[in-house]
Amino acid sequence: MAVWLTDDEYEILVAACERLIPEDEDPGARVGGVADYIDMMLGAFSFDPPRIWAGGPFSGRHGGTAGFANFHTLTELDELAWRTRIEGSEGRPEREYNGPVIGLQQRYREGLAALGPDFPSLSPSEQDERLDADPEFTDLLYEHACEGLYAAPEYGGNRDMVGWHNIGFEGDVQPRGFTDEQVSQP
Amino acid sequence: MTVDAVIVGSGPGGCTAADVLTAAGWSVVVFEKGRNHLIDLDDPTRLRGDYSNDELKFMHRHFLGPDPLLEPRTFRISTNDGEHLHVGSLHPVPSTVGGGGPHADGKLPRFREEDFHLLSARGPIEGAQIDDWPVQYDELEPYYAEAERLIGVAGEAGSNPFEAWRSGPYPMPPGAPMYGAVLSTASAEKLGYHPYPGPTGANSVPYGGRPACNNCGHCGFFGCPIHAKGDPVAPLQRALLTGRAELRPETFVSRLNVVDGRATGVDFVGPDGRVRTEAARYVILAGGAIETPRLMLLSGLDHPLIGRRYMVHFQTLVAGILPFRLHGHRGRAVTHLHDDHIVPDQAAMDAAKEAGLPWIRGGLVEHGGGGMPIMEAKLYPRGRAHKKLMRSSPLRDRMWTFTMQGEDLPQATNRVDLDPSIRDVRGFPVARLTYRPHRHEQVAAQHFGPRLAAILEDMGSTWTRVSTSPDIDLSDYSGYVSPVPASHHVMGTARMGDDPATSVLDPHCRYHGIDNLAVCDSSPFVTSAGYGPTLTLVALALRTARSLVS
Repeated sequence: MAVWLTDDEYEILVAACERLIPEDEDPGARVGGVADYIDMMLGAFSFDPPRIWAGGPFSGRHGGTAGFANFHTLTELDELAWRTRIEGSEGRPEREYNGPVIGLQQRYREGLAALGPDFPSLSPSEQDERLDADPEFTDLLYEHACEGLYAAPEYGGNRDMVGWHNIGFEGDVQPRGFTDEQVSQP
Repeated sequence: MTVDAVIVGSGPGGCTAADVLTAAGWSVVVFEKGRNHLIDLDDPTRLRGDYSNDELKFMHRHFLGPDPLLEPRTFRISTNDGEHLHVGSLHPVPSTVGGGGPHADGKLPRFREEDFHLLSARGPIEGAQIDDWPVQYDELEPYYAEAERLIGVAGEAGSNPFEAWRSGPYPMPPGAPMYGAVLSTASAEKLGYHPYPGPTGANSVPYGGRPACNNCGHCGFFGCPIHAKGDPVAPLQRALLTGRAELRPETFVSRLNVVDGRATGVDFVGPDGRVRTEAARYVILAGGAIETPRLMLLSGLDHPLIGRRYMVHFQTLVAGILPFRLHGHRGRAVTHLHDDHIVPDQAAMDAAKEAGLPWIRGGLVEHGGGGMPIMEAKLYPRGRAHKKLMRSSPLRDRMWTFTMQGEDLPQATNRVDLDPSIRDVRGFPVARLTYRPHRHEQVAAQHFGPRLAAILEDMGSTWTRVSTSPDIDLSDYSGYVSPVPASHHVMGTARMGDDPATSVLDPHCRYHGIDNLAVCDSSPFVTSAGYGPTLTLVALALRTARSLVS
């Protein structure tokens, strides 16, 4: 069950992300939960505190108390910035001091609609054609797909840390860190 | 009630001033427009746990600020470009308690003796306002030594043949060298250069009540989760523990009040959005070389040189892809430097002559690894290539880079002023930067770039690329490299000097004609040298604050 997207939008998003980062011998965007990352970003304000900045100082994956899941509370100004970025300025004067801002929600709603409800069932080349038709949206999607696959799993993507495992990256390593030998030797 | 001093900005300069003034018994209020993620204000013996190894939070979601939606800046190359060419993020030194300290990988070099009298030593260059500083290295040396102890700097005296004279060793030995640096320093030495362990404001052993760095690798751009970085938590903590300092985060100083040639205090906008006034005997501006002139201009100060001669570092970025892995994500991001390009050799003098310049100087060269995975992923093409490239990792795990922080000559046409139309979230005009590099910077980059590439090739690089920031021909707006300088080092926008006609501040960094207004950041710098500005601005802040209390 998606947080912000409709079920149909979610399915289009899953298919589009998988086309941008397809699986090969390793899992791609679908298994990596990239669509869940994007959905959680778009619906960040359905949570309290909003899912913008994960907490610290440690995730618990390498010792210490797990703190990443305790997202930071936002100040009024932080909330203004992130609501503007996600929801758009919506004609509100307090969000339009430098003019109107189109929010990520609107860009996704329109971008996914343009990819079409039949997108998941299209052939790869037909999918590419649709993605190429709106390069601005596809660039945005790719940027977020990269975040979703390689950001800390607390943000909703990088499921079971497949993004990190596939590239031999350990992610956050505090408070364990690396030994001097691990730093200086091959 | 009138406090002894208000300090605008809680970065390394402001915290240093707070430490000196409170130690002398003064009461101070430190204003910081960003949030506090550094220290527990109820119990300053405790440091907060907000920093983490989280690339998304620190590198892509503006956790340390400034958020470009709330506090944009604008940029143009020259007045021919109209109001501005670019609106958004520019020189995003964090806007948070600690300022630029928490986010940097903490390379803290001193300047060399010659850097304080470049005009006398090397002579003028047409089109640039090169000058000698009103303070020389010998006078500043004790302050440098004190700054290294205050922050906690790890390094090895005598390892750099170009280093300025030192009265003593570094407070700590250097930390572990990164594997890539072991290789790149060997190649650099082979080609006749003199790499050395970079002086670093991260503990190599427990120091100042904080632990040794454990090499987590999330260093540049990140706050330190275990507080092994010293910059500038130590002076802030000491100041708060005297009970005479109050720190007010999320509070924007909108105006400096001056009556009959005396600063009387500041107006500020608190977290509740209300504007109030704080009265003070002294006002210290420490918001950095962009926000300090911005506040002077917002306050109606009228020295014609405010904001002029804005300098960055002209970065020459040389990247090489190796056929093997370097795990550059482990360690302190940059562990080694070399200074050979700061002191021009015969080849550099010949290149200058050929270009019609009397001399050229480059800058400190950082030996560093590639980036983090999200940053890397966004650079690769989408589709089938993506996962293959991420696994073989040419732009991260197999990349080694040199960043030369090239000396940028001061030019009156390069400036910070107030943008005529763009506002910050509180309704105040934002800083506009007008910047075009001098030909000196371009010639130096063209001369030194290929020499750095040769080191990478000796190391085994199979693909080597030289680029600069700002872009050398100032025409390409695509991608990472553009006319907008990427350096976080900004300097020189309220130059210090003896003569009020050619400087904004006096030799003790006080505003000419307003004796109780001082600056403790990199705005007073006369020239940019080829070194990161932090240790020098802290040394100057120590000297300035001492002059106020004596």
